[in-house]
Amino acid sequence: MAKDTKVVAREEVVIRFSGDSGDGMQLTGTLFSDTAALFGNDLTTFPDYPAEIRAPQGSVGGVSGFQVHLGHSEIDTPGDYADVLVAMNPAAIKANAGLVKQGGIIIYDKDNFTDKNLEKAGYVSDPIAEEKLESYNIIAAPISSMVKEALKCYGLDPKSVLRTKNMFALGMVYWLFDRKLKYTEQYFDKKFEKKPEIAEANKVALRAGYYYAETIEALNPVIKIEPAPIAKGNYRNICGNVATAWGFLAAAEKAGLEIFIGSYPITPATGILEEFAARKDLGVKSFQAEDEIAGICSALGASFAGKLAITSTSGPGLALKSEAIGLGVMAELPIVIVDVQRAGPSTGLPTKTEQADLMQALYGRNGECPVVVLAASTPSNCFQFAYEAARIAVEHMTPVLLLTDGYLANGCEPWRIPSMKDLQEIHPPFANRNEIPFLPYKRDCDTLARSWAIPGTPGLEHRIGGLEKTIKGTVSYVPENHEMMVKLRADKVARVAEKIPDLKITGEESGDLLVVGWGGSRGYLITAVRELQSEGYKIGFVNFNYINPLPKNVKEIFGKFRKIVVAELNLGQFAGYLRMNLQEFRYEQINKVQGSPFTTMEIKEACLKILEGE
Amino acid sequence: MADTKTSQRTPKDFKSDQEVRWCPGCGDHAVLSAVQKALSELGIPKEKFAFISGIGCSSRFPYYMDTYGFHGIHGRASAIASGVKIANPELSVWQITGDGDALAIGGNHFIHVIRRNIDINIILFNNEIYGLTKGQYSPTSEKGLVTKTSPYGTIEEPFSTGELVIGAKGKFFARTIDTNVTLSARIYIEAAQHKGTSVIEVLQNCVIFNDGIHNTVADREVRDERTIILEHGKPMLFGKNADKGLMLNGLKLKVVKPGENGVSEKDILIHDAHEPNPGIHYMLANMRYPEYPVALGVIRSVDGSTYEDDLAEQIKTVQKGSKIKRMDDLMLSGSTWKVE
Repeated sequence: MAKDTKVVAREEVVIRFSGDSGDGMQLTGTLFSDTAALFGNDLTTFPDYPAEIRAPQGSVGGVSGFQVHLGHSEIDTPGDYADVLVAMNPAAIKANAGLVKQGGIIIYDKDNFTDKNLEKAGYVSDPIAEEKLESYNIIAAPISSMVKEALKCYGLDPKSVLRTKNMFALGMVYWLFDRKLKYTEQYFDKKFEKKPEIAEANKVALRAGYYYAETIEALNPVIKIEPAPIAKGNYRNICGNVATAWGFLAAAEKAGLEIFIGSYPITPATGILEEFAARKDLGVKSFQAEDEIAGICSALGASFAGKLAITSTSGPGLALKSEAIGLGVMAELPIVIVDVQRAGPSTGLPTKTEQADLMQALYGRNGECPVVVLAASTPSNCFQFAYEAARIAVEHMTPVLLLTDGYLANGCEPWRIPSMKDLQEIHPPFANRNEIPFLPYKRDCDTLARSWAIPGTPGLEHRIGGLEKTIKGTVSYVPENHEMMVKLRADKVARVAEKIPDLKITGEESGDLLVVGWGGSRGYLITAVRELQSEGYKIGFVNFNYINPLPKNVKEIFGKFRKIVVAELNLGQFAGYLRMNLQEFRYEQINKVQGSPFTTMEIKEACLKILEGE
Repeated sequence: MADTKTSQRTPKDFKSDQEVRWCPGCGDHAVLSAVQKALSELGIPKEKFAFISGIGCSSRFPYYMDTYGFHGIHGRASAIASGVKIANPELSVWQITGDGDALAIGGNHFIHVIRRNIDINIILFNNEIYGLTKGQYSPTSEKGLVTKTSPYGTIEEPFSTGELVIGAKGKFFARTIDTNVTLSARIYIEAAQHKGTSVIEVLQNCVIFNDGIHNTVADREVRDERTIILEHGKPMLFGKNADKGLMLNGLKLKVVKPGENGVSEKDILIHDAHEPNPGIHYMLANMRYPEYPVALGVIRSVDGSTYEDDLAEQIKTVQKGSKIKRMDDLMLSGSTWKVE
């Protein structure tokens, strides 16, 4: 760093990398996040990319973004507005102009602001003027020509040269935040082990950007964010989908079960199947089925055969799996169905997030068909709740539906790596080999779970299936038997409440307003509540991870607040569910269905309105 | 296979305590007997059998077998059975299905299980009608058939099971008639011993809604003349006195009489079920009366690697070369850092 460079310390900062789908923005953002995490910052990331793999070049629809929020203290959201925007083309300005903080830094590639690109983005003249961004800290860097110059002696074709533009931009950002280039350089050495010229070109572009930023004075002062005070231990960055897959793998190992996943690719859930497919080293049997129905049905077959069975999907796929979930409920087999929610209905907004599958998860089947429903609430706790889902499925012999969402699935954050020995034990209720004749629907008197008799075990031959049965597994049309079995299945799921932790409250223990969230909205809600609490409001927050059954202490907590507001990314599904189950309380709502998470600001404003609306 | 006791079994050992509820005279009863007979002769321990079905009259089958059984949902038996077999390749997995279950609602799963060559034995009861829903046409109903949902006759071209199986890269296809228990049992044994997906089409009579649909070829009085039982390595002769045979005439099959019109025994085709090229098998599977006899027996039986074996092999290879042996290894692999 130059001697006369000023350095200012900041608590937190939000950076948004934005460019054409082909500009490598996801990689740029990921490399920056990894470097920040290694430095010890807490952070949350959010990739925001279009559904089209390659939308028309230079168009606003083809803009791909990656936002990272890093800080010196706990970071729970990718941040509402960016302090720094990196824009590789005019379309990136168009798509993000409204997402930069007043007076923030905008770095853009001025070589890419050609008449043609301006027109594609819908600008007539200068985008900065048209968007009224003149008062911002604008750095118009000639990125394209600088990389051409830096790499002219490396004998690369022009296309490969221009592909390093993102690294030039990243180099600039590293300088701005006083970061080391070492991790990124090592990444390229490893990634392009067999193409050293490409590795070198990227490193040259990275350094060129770093020194360029040092040379121009526009990026003064450098912003310093000290490491966050975090618990001791081993850490790594993890994204929601991988954390989900790993949670199941950990559960399988703990339970001593082999694992089988039957799934069909669907955005944004595919990453789970991909991770399982890569985990042959841990003996995973992953099956890319011919469709969603075959995905769950093959998993049910594997469950019948004694494996930990998983199927992963998103909303449209969950709709297709409904009948088979019913079969799982009737056959009382353990299986976990993961729904990585996306904006619907129908195909909807496949790459955008939403929480509108809750009712489908709870009730979207024929007949009285209860399943356990859980929801993860951060990218890394997808691990914890996948583990919980598997534990409950196996120990209670029931399908469990795990809800995550596009925001969690693609979001990444540092994660303290657990040790397998510290995870809760899982005890599969295998049938006793000596209990002959085996009665398939005989239940444990505590959990009401039936026992699991695995094909291949002598003497335990039995039949299960979708028709109503007696305790013996005999098909029965007797009305009283049907009613009894319907009630038993419902009671079995309800009794899971005995085996789950109490709901925890953040903020005030009692007071004027309780903010209620579930699943992936947690980060924005907790941030808003903390800010309001520090401003002196008597406000508390609970986030539900256990949806069905609900934790046992909900009523007690709800009773301590004058008002309750339920905030969720749908039109009020969880609020409706609470109204049905806890009718004694009145629920206000904060709802949003724009394919994007809440902003902290939105939540704060809505809460203030409720607090002041006496 | 098997390590547990393989004491001699009888068909009775495979009967469950459930009362069989198919209509009196239904072809399913005979299929059940033939399967129980075949299983008793296979020498596989009883606990290793799993019967998986979908929905339809035939799909009640698992309840009548004293083995592991899973009665699924409509059309999905192939997918469930795939999961069972991949999860535990040690099991002998049987799928019981019908023309509606396998070829209409379950068509997608049916072609894909065959393509993957998962070692499952699929018995497809083809009665060319929907029985359990009481008499609607199926994907194998002859064009023009009058049923409750085709009161003026169907206007759909039917599927030919064998053609579909071969089109889906099937490696084992056989056909039998429900009432011919001896032939059926022989085929089931061969199917069980074949590694890979085996499809056995049973021409099965629905006594209530499509009675006698297969009579033109299946009736005792005519079946010798109108069907041909193919056996690997044997000449394709048929008729009560084995006086008729099949030969190639250009690119087509032709029914001939050896000794007549200059045709000799040498001209008669020898059945080669193991030939990988499906050309002749395809023609044999598609033969229809009256132009041809209907082919019975094992029409095609070709070796090939199975999905579950290849998967196990892949896992073994990857595990050998990987440092990641358990979850702790995985979680600590790649980029990690320590906070002191």
